[in-house]
Amino acid sequence: MKRENVAEISTDKSVKVKKKISKSTLNEWKWAYIMIFPTFIGLMILNIIPAIQTLILSFENAGAFGKSTWAGLDNYKKLIQDPDVIQAVYNTLGYTIVSVPAIVILSLIVAVLLNQKIKGRSVYRTIYFLPMVAAPAAIAMVWRWLFNSEYGLINYLLSIIGINGPKWITDPNIALISIVIVGVWSAIGYNMVLLLAGLQEIPNDYYEAASIDGASPLRKFFTITVPLVSPTLFFVVVTSIISAFQVFDIIFMMIDKTSTAIKNTQSLVYLFYKHSFVLNDKGYGSAILMLLLAIIMIVTVIQVKCQKKWVNY
Amino acid sequence: MKNSSKNKGKILTHVILIIGAVIMILPFLWMLLTSVKTLTESVQIPPKIFPELFRWDNYPAVMKILPFASFYVNTMLMMAGRVIGSVLFSAMAAYACARLNFPGKNIFFGIVLFQMMIPGQLFIVPQFLIVQKLGLLNTVSALIVPGVVSAFGTFLLRQFFMGLPKDLEEAAKLDGCTIWQTFYKIMLPLSRSGLIALAIFTSLFAFKDLMWPLIVNMSIDKMTLSSGLASLQGQFATNYPQLMAGSLLAIWPMLLLFIIFQKRFIEGIATSGGKL
Repeated sequence: MKRENVAEISTDKSVKVKKKISKSTLNEWKWAYIMIFPTFIGLMILNIIPAIQTLILSFENAGAFGKSTWAGLDNYKKLIQDPDVIQAVYNTLGYTIVSVPAIVILSLIVAVLLNQKIKGRSVYRTIYFLPMVAAPAAIAMVWRWLFNSEYGLINYLLSIIGINGPKWITDPNIALISIVIVGVWSAIGYNMVLLLAGLQEIPNDYYEAASIDGASPLRKFFTITVPLVSPTLFFVVVTSIISAFQVFDIIFMMIDKTSTAIKNTQSLVYLFYKHSFVLNDKGYGSAILMLLLAIIMIVTVIQVKCQKKWVNY
Repeated sequence: MKNSSKNKGKILTHVILIIGAVIMILPFLWMLLTSVKTLTESVQIPPKIFPELFRWDNYPAVMKILPFASFYVNTMLMMAGRVIGSVLFSAMAAYACARLNFPGKNIFFGIVLFQMMIPGQLFIVPQFLIVQKLGLLNTVSALIVPGVVSAFGTFLLRQFFMGLPKDLEEAAKLDGCTIWQTFYKIMLPLSRSGLIALAIFTSLFAFKDLMWPLIVNMSIDKMTLSSGLASLQGQFATNYPQLMAGSLLAIWPMLLLFIIFQKRFIEGIATSGGKL
């Protein structure tokens, strides 16, 4: 009720104001529309209409020659019976469940360590950020080489300490872990920078007061740092999960299309790419994307609902 | 007593950070070291860390296989096109959202948020079909198209503009500046750091984009560093010295820019991430 009243009053006001200074208001509207015009048109043509088209496409049989026919729920029926898709859901979820906690915990540790007065802070920061500025194709290539089971550096280093290294990228049971390692390695720097910015906003007084009370560093971390950085932490968790769900580049570059490991590593986005652009079944590819969208939406809604329990604004 | 425990803590901090730093930097070092080895040196067991002689001939060799000159030009044009488009148009739209009142503002802002919230792959197929219909496949323009406007940029700059004080603009208004003049002469110069943050963010993500260039530009001379390098994978998947030389050729411009402007990069990422 109250809200409606307020709305009424404000519309009343705006009507009055409009009558009084309608010329300058019109001028403001004119400039506003001119200024949003390029972005508005661009977003409509490139994003809004395409999103709707993709949704429609998921109900169609889109062949190679641009002709598409209505297929109803066929794509979705095929989807839930497709062992590749079911496996890809497992792979995508598995990748996310393992990589995101690792990314969040490791980047928080590095950020906390770098949030002290220590020598070489900016050098460390630069080094940890390096993977972020390298093209994923190059990153995947060098890791493929490091992971090489015969000549790779990693298995050589493991052999020095007496471990017989696995076939990192060809063993179907190991390959996803290798993908996780590369994913975590590439993402730490970016998230560390975000968390460091959040940490720097915590006033030093809190820590000093806690020190006077004799709190241990670990206690300070859990009672001061974590609650006060929780908004940034929440942001890092949500964005890391969303980007983990969309993992594609590393898999595409590191795992051979013909390798037996591809079945156990291909993500939903990988399958979307394969069906839409390699096999040219854009309808089915779109249905796969809709499944991904549904998963992302469910998980994000759950996180937003749960944030009240641990995020302090 | 207290000092020594503090020192111990500092040493431990450095030990952890150095171990991490080595893990971060090792792949890049290995890339460089492998790229100057011969093929036989690279497959020795046990691996040799340093080659007998730093041989640079893998670089001209890989440049013969792939047209790196075109890759550099294409990547630069793609980045330039996307940066100019997204910074200019986003700044305009963001100013309207932050400072002007107009009917439909919430709808427009809703569109911006919607674009940011759903995964980008959802747009790719129709975008591809648009580019195909316009006959732009295998052109540099095709690379620029999806980044010419930016919802993220609009959102980022709106947040940035909202954080700036209004006094100067109001003074300008009183002096008789038009809305456009206020935006152009007052707001833009004040928001340099925000605009630079967006430019860095846009160019970094354009540089790293793999799927879009892979889809729209199949002919080798229209590829970007990212997609061109990906094409090397299939053809010469075992000649690692050459692959590593190619990888370094693909990443050095961004690495160099980053090392020179690292402060701006990191602050840009921190502000743009934090604004979300």
